[in-house]
Amino acid sequence: MARIANPAGLGAHRQRLLAEREAGGKKTVAVCCGTGCNANGAEKVVAAFREELGKQGLADSYEIKPTGCHGFCERGTLVLLHPEKRLYQRVKPEAVAEIVEKTLQGGEALEQHFYDNPATGEKHEFEHDIPFYKHQERLILGQNGEIDPTDIDDYIAGGGYGALAKAFEMGPEKVLGEVKAANLRGRGGGGFPAGRKWETCRDVPSEKRYVICNADEGDPGAFMDRSILEGNPHVVIEGMIIGAYTIGSDEGYVYVRNEYPLAVRRLSIALEQARERGFLGEDILGSGFSFDIRVNRGGGAFVCGESTALMASIEGKVGEPRAKHIHTVVAGLHGRPTNLNNVETWANVPLIVERGADWYTSKGTKGSPGTKIFSLVGKVNNTGLVEAEMGMTLRQIIFDIGGGIPGGREFKAVQTGGPSGGCLPASKLDLAVDFDTLWEEGSMMGSGGMIVMDDRTCMVDVAKYFLGFLKFESCGKCTTCREGLRRLHELVQDITEGRGTEDTIGLIEELAETVDAASLCALGTTATNPIKSTLAHFRDEYLAHIRDRRCPGGVCKALIRYEITEACTGCLVCAKRCPEKCITGEKKQLHTIDQSRCIKCGICMDVCKFDSVRVV
Amino acid sequence: MMDLSKVDSIIDGYGTDAAALLAILQDVQAEANHLPREAMDRIAARLGVPLSRIYSMATFFETFHLEPRGRHICTVCMGTACHVRGAKRLVEQLERDLEISSGQTTADMQFTIEEVNCVGACALGPLVIVDGEYHGNMTSDRLSKVVKAVRKEGGGE
Repeated sequence: MARIANPAGLGAHRQRLLAEREAGGKKTVAVCCGTGCNANGAEKVVAAFREELGKQGLADSYEIKPTGCHGFCERGTLVLLHPEKRLYQRVKPEAVAEIVEKTLQGGEALEQHFYDNPATGEKHEFEHDIPFYKHQERLILGQNGEIDPTDIDDYIAGGGYGALAKAFEMGPEKVLGEVKAANLRGRGGGGFPAGRKWETCRDVPSEKRYVICNADEGDPGAFMDRSILEGNPHVVIEGMIIGAYTIGSDEGYVYVRNEYPLAVRRLSIALEQARERGFLGEDILGSGFSFDIRVNRGGGAFVCGESTALMASIEGKVGEPRAKHIHTVVAGLHGRPTNLNNVETWANVPLIVERGADWYTSKGTKGSPGTKIFSLVGKVNNTGLVEAEMGMTLRQIIFDIGGGIPGGREFKAVQTGGPSGGCLPASKLDLAVDFDTLWEEGSMMGSGGMIVMDDRTCMVDVAKYFLGFLKFESCGKCTTCREGLRRLHELVQDITEGRGTEDTIGLIEELAETVDAASLCALGTTATNPIKSTLAHFRDEYLAHIRDRRCPGGVCKALIRYEITEACTGCLVCAKRCPEKCITGEKKQLHTIDQSRCIKCGICMDVCKFDSVRVV
Repeated sequence: MMDLSKVDSIIDGYGTDAAALLAILQDVQAEANHLPREAMDRIAARLGVPLSRIYSMATFFETFHLEPRGRHICTVCMGTACHVRGAKRLVEQLERDLEISSGQTTADMQFTIEEVNCVGACALGPLVIVDGEYHGNMTSDRLSKVVKAVRKEGGGE
């Protein structure tokens, strides 16, 4: 791979790539190979396409491109036919031969692969007609369906590294001005203006400065950073180089979760190719500026998403946060000024440089410009990654894009912001989603996790879940966080197991206040948001557990029982599968569960084909 | 016993730099499936850091294991999306099938049950990873079958 020496060389290389493609005349079939689609067999689909194209003599007419995540994980494996952007969903390897023969060869659209809208029964043939995509503004994610993340030339052909060349032309001062004017706010959760961070870091006198990309995406239920790194690693690298140039740093780190093996692999390939092309290393594009990036894998500690803990971890120490009387932009990694932004924030930088702050601020809201990527998951029809303009309402995101709740069940709550966020009830569905609004409502944007819950979700159990998570992840430095969360978890557990009294709630509220006030880092100070927000909005459910010893969501084991209803056909399946052998009944007769021996594993409900097992 | 020359070559690859401790431990674990005591001793000696620091790293970070693990690792994702779709029940199913608690290894060293906070494949929840292979939209019933199939495959060895 030849080094590109200067901006003119970059332009020429890009023209050459485009001309080659034009001459080749190949159409592209993009197969989503994100973690979700891979789990659904995407790699086999790619192999099947390659084999079939060879067999049917079409290898010169089509290019099979394994790409990053297209976002619509629910319907994987996704196959996108360019240039018309016809989307075939739930494609299995067995179906590939027919697709090649009928669609690629014969031009026939295969209806069985269209998206069928469960709400309306309508079928959609093209990506842009599907409600899931139609209401999105995919500034960052859009490229994921276009490029091969393991080929830097694919990124360059689409205009990649053009923003870097432009940044060198503008000079650091102007770039900083643009990022500040764009009011780019940190997408990792804090929402702090990136431009101000960059400026402070640049202005601290030091011989050495660091930039870091925080890819320690620890919030359970959030996976946008993983998908960006897997699908378009170069946009993050380009953003980091621009940031480093602006700040005056020659060394960068990406701290990425070890639980994301594919992201680590694709990022490492991308860095290697960026070095070969001369975007990393000495004298980048003839600018005289030198910079390189290293990858550090995390150790599976949630608290390492906190900046000081993350930096301690890079230094080879235990990831405990420290007090930030002096901020990391002043004294961070190895005591030097360090600018840390998360993956999605860095991915926004090339866009801002390329298209300008005026364009960027025309998207989103005044206080929160641009877009935000959400992972829309849980009890929602169209689960996946969603990129929406800031200011969209929760209702638009969950119902217009997400297609509502499966099985016609009722929406109960949406949890935003991960373990530091809160649960918002149906009455808050018309809230506009941006950094400030959610904060005012006792939740937060966080990294963009959006977990939808229906009437079969127990809100007390959800609070218990997050407390359990946080007590485990607390680093143990502050007593209030270490001991307080443990006690809070016990108190909530008392309620879910039928031992709670109304005094328990008072005790929880009192203790939560102490944990908030006396913990050092954001893990502790926001840890009580899930419990405070569920108490605020779903107090009835707590009371049902306490007064009636009843779990309305049908989740808390100690308070529920399984029953077989009249709909039972006596098929014997549940009786056979019951691990305790406590279901009795003759063939074709109504079965019954021996409640004294039932361990409430729920298998009978899972295996019943007639919906005749219910939780009460 | 772990071959200590392997540990040495991992350390050399990072230039005997104590800042690379996390990465060194990760590579050693990838090699040995856990962190053997003799490997930790060696790292401490080579990097010139106290064994207590290595031990504190190894116990602080969730990724590390001080005990040998089974040939087959069953990892249940406990992320929020998987949780609301019933991940806990999958852990319980594995515990019943394998007759061990989560985090433990079967006496024949075949299976280990592990929990992970979130693997970011939320759309497929609840999710279980068996030997690196992702199984989405899992039910307790199907999970039993997967475990049985893995046991059968490995049975002859």
